[in-house]
Amino acid sequence: MPAEPDLIGGWGRTALTAGYVRRGVRAEQVPEILCDSSLFSARGIVARGLGRSYGDPAQNAGGLVLDMTSLDQVISFDGRAGTVHAEAGVSLDTLMRLLLPAGWFLPVTPGTRQVTVGGAIAADVHGKNHHRDGSFGRYVTRLRLAMTDGTVREVSPDSDPALFWATTGGMGLTGVVLDATVRLIPVQTSSMLVDTVRSGDLDHLLAALEQADHHRYSVAWLDCLARGRHMGRGIVTSGEHAASDDVPVAGPTSRSFAPRAIVGSPSWVPTGLLSRASIAAFNQAWYRKAPRSRVEELQGIGAFFHPLDGVRSWNLLYGARGLLQYQCVVPDEGSLRLILDRISTAQAPSFLTVLKRLGPGTSGPLSFPRPGWTLTLDFPVVTPGLRDLLGGLDAIVAGSGGALYLAKDSRMAPELLAATYPRLAEWSALRDRVDPHRRLRSDQSRRLSL
Amino acid sequence: MINALGEPQSLGVLGGTSQIALAVTAKLCERRTRTVVLAGRDPAGLSAAEAAARGAGATDVRVVSLDALDPSSHQGTVDAMFADGDLDVVLLAFGVLGDQLAAEADPDLAVGVASVNYVASVSLGLRVAKALRRQGHGTLVVLSSVAGERARRSNFVYGSSKAGLDAFAQGLGDSLRGTGVRVIIVRPGYVRTRMTAGLPEAPMSVDAQDVAVAVEKALTSSAEIVWVPAGLRVVMSGLRHLPRPVFRRLKV
Repeated sequence: MPAEPDLIGGWGRTALTAGYVRRGVRAEQVPEILCDSSLFSARGIVARGLGRSYGDPAQNAGGLVLDMTSLDQVISFDGRAGTVHAEAGVSLDTLMRLLLPAGWFLPVTPGTRQVTVGGAIAADVHGKNHHRDGSFGRYVTRLRLAMTDGTVREVSPDSDPALFWATTGGMGLTGVVLDATVRLIPVQTSSMLVDTVRSGDLDHLLAALEQADHHRYSVAWLDCLARGRHMGRGIVTSGEHAASDDVPVAGPTSRSFAPRAIVGSPSWVPTGLLSRASIAAFNQAWYRKAPRSRVEELQGIGAFFHPLDGVRSWNLLYGARGLLQYQCVVPDEGSLRLILDRISTAQAPSFLTVLKRLGPGTSGPLSFPRPGWTLTLDFPVVTPGLRDLLGGLDAIVAGSGGALYLAKDSRMAPELLAATYPRLAEWSALRDRVDPHRRLRSDQSRRLSL
Repeated sequence: MINALGEPQSLGVLGGTSQIALAVTAKLCERRTRTVVLAGRDPAGLSAAEAAARGAGATDVRVVSLDALDPSSHQGTVDAMFADGDLDVVLLAFGVLGDQLAAEADPDLAVGVASVNYVASVSLGLRVAKALRRQGHGTLVVLSSVAGERARRSNFVYGSSKAGLDAFAQGLGDSLRGTGVRVIIVRPGYVRTRMTAGLPEAPMSVDAQDVAVAVEKALTSSAEIVWVPAGLRVVMSGLRHLPRPVFRRLKV
């Protein structure tokens, strides 16, 4: 066991705590670590992947943190059936590099490729195609789960639906995913055909986003600082995978995929670099730079799905105090308008504001997606008045039947979780059954009494 | 757990009946704090403080007995405070002002002031720090005083005990870097409370509420030393550098 704890945090780098990180662990060691009651019995254990959750779900103050990135083997890839079987620590980036040249793609990709298979399951991640295709859990056909009693269970949606769906979106608290099999989608190229529409106000933006529903992928970027009649102005992008005929050169090169992070952010950045003024200036420039309307532009997978992966450690741009990401879903347009109005009135600067339509959710009791609008806001933690602003947004979200995304959450109160996840009791009952001694714990589980 | 915006869910108080402690407790309970553990000496005062904490919104309040003058009891007190789970913030708020002239006449009284304000704080501060390190997170808030910044003729027994406490807390904070545990030193000026009742009011006086606001704000920032009011920092920086013959003659 590691002798000294490490200070670890989430991608937002807000509430760092000290945990004992066990690195280099192998799959067969996980069950014995989980059931060894001499280890961290009071503080528990949590699995950690690439640390892209914004808040505190992959850290465990005073306890053990299992670094799962050493479970990095792609066990098999079936190029005929279109499935891949990979260990939990394999990143989606690794999978895409392997699959795209063979003409396959992951059915769901979040805003970064730098997440692990285990993390994607634990957070039940969604992407720009959620309105059509649903979240990651829907494509997992089976997984192996190390349980806290030392056993390993083979779990599929058919064999043990309760455990399977409690695990997808379960934030790593039902067991430790060792490996999983994921269904893939066929693609002809590694390019995207992208439409872009600039919308001068919220009405046009929402209409454009609804119109984009027939595209497989769609998302909108918003200028949250725009006020008055410009409130809600933004850019809607939508896309499809490009077919062989759409690209200049067909064949294997059209499916190549080898993106690199081009720019790194410096190791030290003064707090407040991302201020209201600089974010307003960026928003203005970004909005103006976008074409009024453009159709079927060829873009790479990286540029379309994961633009931020091009900048290594971009989270450090928010300075020493870190950033808070707030992602909510609300079922109705009225609540969305209320939320955007609050933010615009407060002039709270969110650097990257993203709006997206969500489709039906899965059966996961703690899975985030549900039909409606999901809004994602990035605030520097030092933003004045942030607590009250977000408290007000919480009330709108809870009142509308919406919810906050646990993979982004770093500040929710336990009462809000209970109010917005109506099937929490069902999940807790299953959790009590599979982990009666609460061996699996995270700072988030402590904060939310999960 | 303390969240991304510096809002603690649980609070432990050493010296739970002090007015500043009551104000800080009420302030934090207005936000997210629901669990409060109050350690103190006076059972009646603790019951009142417990009721006040519940009134402010705490749902889980416990009291623990604390005898500052008996270091052999301190580990038991700290263990009892942490018995039911993590404490996100521990406030070290106990202290006595003493009577300077009486203490000069009877050195035993001076030893009492030094024992409570300095010796007990060292004993409890180290024990709390250990408990916080074990849980891997937490903030120790130490109530120091401007009186410790430069000893004054009129108040040097108390002042020197706070000077010792302040230096101790600074070193403790440095020793905890990288452990997930943080120490915040709060240096109030003259605070209108029971402790100062009957004393002539000094310039830049504040209320216990002002200290509570400053503590809450410090928890949301990365501040290590907080002056209340903030302007005292500048004033004390000037006073600290006055030549002694001049300082002696000042009515401060």
